[in-house]
Amino acid sequence: MKHPFDQAVTEHGAVVLRVCRAVLGPVEADDAWSETFLSALRAWPDLPDDVNVRAWLVTVAHRKAIDVRRAQGRAAVPVESLPEQPSRPDEQPDAALPDTALWAALAALPTKQRQCVAYHHVAGLPHAEVAAIVGGTAAASRRSTADGIATLRRTYLTEDVSTYV
Amino acid sequence: MSDNLIEQLTVDDPADAGAVSTLRERLAGAASAQGLVDVAFRTVETPVGALLVAATETGVVRIAYPAEGHEAVLKSLSLTIGSRVLRDTRRFDDLCRQLDGYFSGRRRHFEVPLDLRLAHGFRLEVLAHLRTIAYGATETYAVAAAASGRPRAVRAVGTACATNPLPLLVPCHRVVRSDGTMGGYLGGLEAKRFLLDLEAAA
Repeated sequence: MKHPFDQAVTEHGAVVLRVCRAVLGPVEADDAWSETFLSALRAWPDLPDDVNVRAWLVTVAHRKAIDVRRAQGRAAVPVESLPEQPSRPDEQPDAALPDTALWAALAALPTKQRQCVAYHHVAGLPHAEVAAIVGGTAAASRRSTADGIATLRRTYLTEDVSTYV
Repeated sequence: MSDNLIEQLTVDDPADAGAVSTLRERLAGAASAQGLVDVAFRTVETPVGALLVAATETGVVRIAYPAEGHEAVLKSLSLTIGSRVLRDTRRFDDLCRQLDGYFSGRRRHFEVPLDLRLAHGFRLEVLAHLRTIAYGATETYAVAAAASGRPRAVRAVGTACATNPLPLLVPCHRVVRSDGTMGGYLGGLEAKRFLLDLEAAA
């Protein structure tokens, strides 16, 4: 890529964050986002100029989300002292994340459905590109997406109505 | 109601903007710590307009006035230096403080490392000379040409000033015409007048 990398962050940063939240939930999304863009920055100069940047970033985010989940599994081992966590006063879950209920409903979906919904509806990728990321055929991705949405309509929206009406 | 769901998934939530900008700051810090940044940049508001400031690991490599088109400048830096171009506000805290001091008349010298890789040959020699012109002083293009070792290259000095990658830090605004008029300036004549008045008053 000969274009400035920053342009990709400006254009796709918000969408990639929503994708990470949809796939991993709001807590781990920040780390996945950071890992995604660091890794993308590393690879950027070697990326062909005609690549679809958003689809590529979502592919990187997909892999990073898997890494974050794996690391989480390993991190469950008890340690003598915890590494110091910098406090982040800017992160107030209620104020910063108005879609908490939506992410919770997504978290309840089977992994593949959650990924397909995230990559098709949140990132706006066509089913063929979603299939290239998650594996399988475009038709299978379309089905998983539809199944995921059907479940969300039952779980998320009814919850929404009963909570807020 | 059924479309609410799709809409909510798709929407670019303005509430995310704060989270994204925090993440961008963190990304810039991590990326430069890992040596992954070819060019860091930010914009700075000044009395002579919004300046684009850009730096490599070596030092400040480019300052651009709005007239040059910041986006075009970044594109060109991406081609000539490298495409790992990343916004980084903290990288320039020191430079911003110095610019503040300069524009309020308190500072006469800039003390930041420079990266002069965008200038070559005679132009580079001219820039080296320009850095020796004192605050508040001016010099004609002819004198600057002689001081740069080529007394007849008056036009070339004009070109070196017009293509100075680091205006303000390399004070090309202190070069004026021998008839007493200002000559050109890549930031516009109004900016040149402002800088000369500022330095004359301090």
